[in-house]
Amino acid sequence: MAKAEADVSLLQLESAFKWPDAPDEDKYSVCVHCGFCLEVCPTYQQLGDENQSPRGRVYLIKSASEGLLPLDESVIDPVFQCLDCRACETVCPSGVQVGALIEEARGQVFYAEPAKGMKGAVQKLFLRGIFPHPNRLKMVGKLTRFYQKSGLQAVSRKSGLLKILPKQLREMEAILPEVPATSALDSLPERIPQRGDKKATAALFTGCVMDVVFSDINRATARVATHNGLEVIVPKQQICCGALQVHAGDREQARQMAKHNIDVFLASDADYIVINAAGCGAALKEYPELFRDDPFYHEKAEQFSARVRDISELLVEVGFEPPQAEVKRTITYHDACHLCHAQKVRSQPRQILRSIPGVTLVEMPNSDRCCGSAGIYNITHPDMAGQLLERKMDDVPEGVECIAMGNPGCMMQIMVGVHRRETDLDVLHTIEILDEAYRREGNE
Amino acid sequence: MDKLEMVRELTNILGPNRVLYKEHQLLAYDCDGYVAQKARPKAVVFPVTTEEVSRVVKLLHEHQIPFLPRGAGTGLSGGATPLNGEVIISLAKMDRLLHVDFDNMRAVVQPGHINLQLTKKIAGNGCYYAPDPSSQSACTIGGNLAENAGGSHCLKYGVTTNHIVGAEIVLPNGNIVEVGSYMGDSLGYDLIGLIVGSEGTLGIATAITVKILKKPEAVKTVMAMYDSVEDASNTVSDVISSGIIPAAMEMMDQLAMQAVDKSNYYVGYPTDIAAVLLIEVDGLAAGVEEMAEKIVHMCQKHHVRMVKVAESDAERALWWSSRKMAFGAMGRISPDYLVQDGVIPRTRLAEVLAKIADISRESGLRIANVFHAGDGNLHPLILYDGRIPGQTKLAQETGSAVLKVCADVGGSITGEHGVGVEKLEEMRFLFNDAELQAQLAIRSVFNPQDLCNAGKLVPKPSRCVEVKRAQQLFQAEQAVYDGFQEHTSILSPAYKEAK
Ligand SMILES: Cc1cc2nc3c(=O)[nH]c(=O)nc-3n(C[C@H](O)[C@H](O)[C@H](O)COP(=O)(O)OP(=O)(O)OC[C@H]3O[C@@H](n4cnc5c(N)ncnc54)[C@H](O)[C@@H]3O)c2cc1C
Ligand code: SF4
Ligand code: SF4
Repeated sequence: MAKAEADVSLLQLESAFKWPDAPDEDKYSVCVHCGFCLEVCPTYQQLGDENQSPRGRVYLIKSASEGLLPLDESVIDPVFQCLDCRACETVCPSGVQVGALIEEARGQVFYAEPAKGMKGAVQKLFLRGIFPHPNRLKMVGKLTRFYQKSGLQAVSRKSGLLKILPKQLREMEAILPEVPATSALDSLPERIPQRGDKKATAALFTGCVMDVVFSDINRATARVATHNGLEVIVPKQQICCGALQVHAGDREQARQMAKHNIDVFLASDADYIVINAAGCGAALKEYPELFRDDPFYHEKAEQFSARVRDISELLVEVGFEPPQAEVKRTITYHDACHLCHAQKVRSQPRQILRSIPGVTLVEMPNSDRCCGSAGIYNITHPDMAGQLLERKMDDVPEGVECIAMGNPGCMMQIMVGVHRRETDLDVLHTIEILDEAYRREGNE
Repeated sequence: MDKLEMVRELTNILGPNRVLYKEHQLLAYDCDGYVAQKARPKAVVFPVTTEEVSRVVKLLHEHQIPFLPRGAGTGLSGGATPLNGEVIISLAKMDRLLHVDFDNMRAVVQPGHINLQLTKKIAGNGCYYAPDPSSQSACTIGGNLAENAGGSHCLKYGVTTNHIVGAEIVLPNGNIVEVGSYMGDSLGYDLIGLIVGSEGTLGIATAITVKILKKPEAVKTVMAMYDSVEDASNTVSDVISSGIIPAAMEMMDQLAMQAVDKSNYYVGYPTDIAAVLLIEVDGLAAGVEEMAEKIVHMCQKHHVRMVKVAESDAERALWWSSRKMAFGAMGRISPDYLVQDGVIPRTRLAEVLAKIADISRESGLRIANVFHAGDGNLHPLILYDGRIPGQTKLAQETGSAVLKVCADVGGSITGEHGVGVEKLEEMRFLFNDAELQAQLAIRSVFNPQDLCNAGKLVPKPSRCVEVKRAQQLFQAEQAVYDGFQEHTSILSPAYKEAK
């Protein structure tokens, strides 16, 4: 039999990706179709369908680029079912940037048909309407706090009013921690002096959701950093990082937000930009990718990204002081995808936890498998997110009292898991535990 | 039966979520790890039980619709590529570990079970599954059975066929049979021996009984870097003739080293060495130490530039990932690659490598080399760019020329990756028409209508009249075929219970 030749270049078809900033050939052509990525992909593990695998998704994106596929459900569904968890990038020997390809493909979909229906409403409301605007975000925080404090929460829970919400939102409502009165961005001073000799200056990136729901973690981050000789500054003009916009394909909005942040932070004298949310950290480190086609901002983005560090990464880099006081806890650690796969930060949080006297760290099997949170994935794809959450909860080792991690999205998702299982596990940020140890030290 | 009707029937058996049939859902199944040839399947189905596989196959058989089994699609010879518009029977969702019997050292898995996962699941009991293809983190045991997969540790422990003792098979007419024997040798013809390595042309394995082994007490891994391939090859021969049987003995050349060193599996090989050897010994703690020392000594005798014993498990693991990821890392240095799988007598290594270098120069295509040196199993990786008109064909021809060299020195055209569609023509380097006919005659016993993975493994002999006659005879008579009715159990009684 004559050997057929797969020579698509001769066909000269038109790419289905017609808008700027499309997935580029350099990225998908490095995939050699070896299949190493299949078994680490959470959606392939659940479904066994190669359309929902990294290799399949890259192949579909390549085919659409080459004009062999239209931009219809066949590409859109796999591209949006992807968690953007990057587990595939960790194993891929060829270095295929699956995450960037997916995000760029989503950008094309966003151009082609801005999301509709429930998903569209959520996207429009949050991604364009609220997150990019610090004041509106603060309002949401205040409203939530009012809701929780005023007794309205109790009333609506009793009255069954919440039943009108979809299950996943209802669960979110149930686990939502009490929203602090003020955000860290508002309450922290612009410049916080370090303790002892100054090692460096770190600008704190406070984030959006992080700073509404978990602003105490931002305050803990500032305390821990200054405790270790870092002068902390809090640039007041900063806004949300744009990660959720990138994940949803709204790259233009994300670029505008990124430009603003780049300018604000580069104007400061900080040696580092420190962040405690894995998803945001990855987005900040990947700002240059957003500006591939903008030489001016690309260069600035590179300067910016070179300074970004996750808090655990920074503490290990500048050297942190092991706490003296004990925190007696048996803890397991969950690797947030955007910390371990996207930022390659794995050992540092463990090093921090192990340094705390009294902490017993029990490794969780498959600690780096996605919990299903993935930005707003748990709202847009509740079914898959729910399956992954179940697997995550199954993996929690017997006898631990606490699950530590480094991402607010995962914290909320895993809180839902704890709620579903009706256990009393604590869900904490790594830095909160270190902070607790230092604070006890002070009290001793 | 038209496609719509077929889809309706398949959906009746499996439900709507386990049948892919829309044109655009099928693209991802165009090919496996061998990308030089592609074709679209008719549909993809995801059964989860033997019964379902049987019902699907019965339906397709009845309507004369071609089909083929697919595991993880990591095959490198196009075995799972649907060149005849087949319905792909994906076994990815049949991935359970059905039974483990630590007393008798057996495990029963569904075909979609991932090779490395088995070792992980039994590691707590100090056991492992020996065959370790480099793709072991992704490939399935069903695919391993079909390809008679090898691996780095097969030098000492043997390839897949030495580890599979029995299997439940859905024949191409949908009947379910069991072949092999849970303990001891099977009676009659060695059917399990026949099925292993048959590349999905004799039926679909739906439950597989394998041997599991106790982990060796100790392991030592030696890395040795050489300025010349010759010195490395001579070390290999020396080690073997000294009577030591290493657990593994692997080699990579400079180009292969460059590719992996660009990946996440960075070791940091010097850029001016010609070859690196990875030699592993295992066994009882005392003996292993001594063997490792002897090996280091032998490396030194052959002018090794640098030789080192792994100091930690982490270092050892890194060295191994570097070796195992070498194929996949080719994307770092080339848009496409085609891997060959030639076997040669170990003693001819240096000579054959020189010839491969000549072929590379003549074709103008770079060739990286990665191999199971201890087995004389070469993997020349031919680097090309499929976007340049004519290069895919050139790469295929170059591969063929390499295999010709292997066959000419008394070797073979495949050590472990199978023939698939890729090496059909090259089968003629090794077999004459009569021999090919004998093989096709066997196929027609199991697969008389040639519906199950047609056109793979054995080329049609040029004088194929007799074979056609034989096939017609079998089709007409069906008698031989009907001999394989659902029948007596020779598999594990415990597994039967578990089922
Ligand atoms: C990077 C890389 C490295 C590799 N290294 C090695 C190596 O070191 N050693 C080695 O031997 N191979 C190696 N391979 C080749 C490949 O991984 C093996 O051949 C593997 O056994 C294929 O398994 P699979 O599940 O992917 O099968 P698939 O590719 O899906 O199928 C392979 C063949 O098996 C048939 N088949 C699948 N399942 C069944 C079943 N249940 N019953 C009957 N037939 C079935 C298919 O029809 C097809 O013909 C490598 C591949 C890659 C990509
Ligand atoms: S591991 Fe990388 S190169 Fe291999 S198939 Fe997946 S994405 Fe492609
Ligand atoms: S990013 Fe995660 S979900 Fe998406 S393809 Fe990669 S492994 Fe799968």
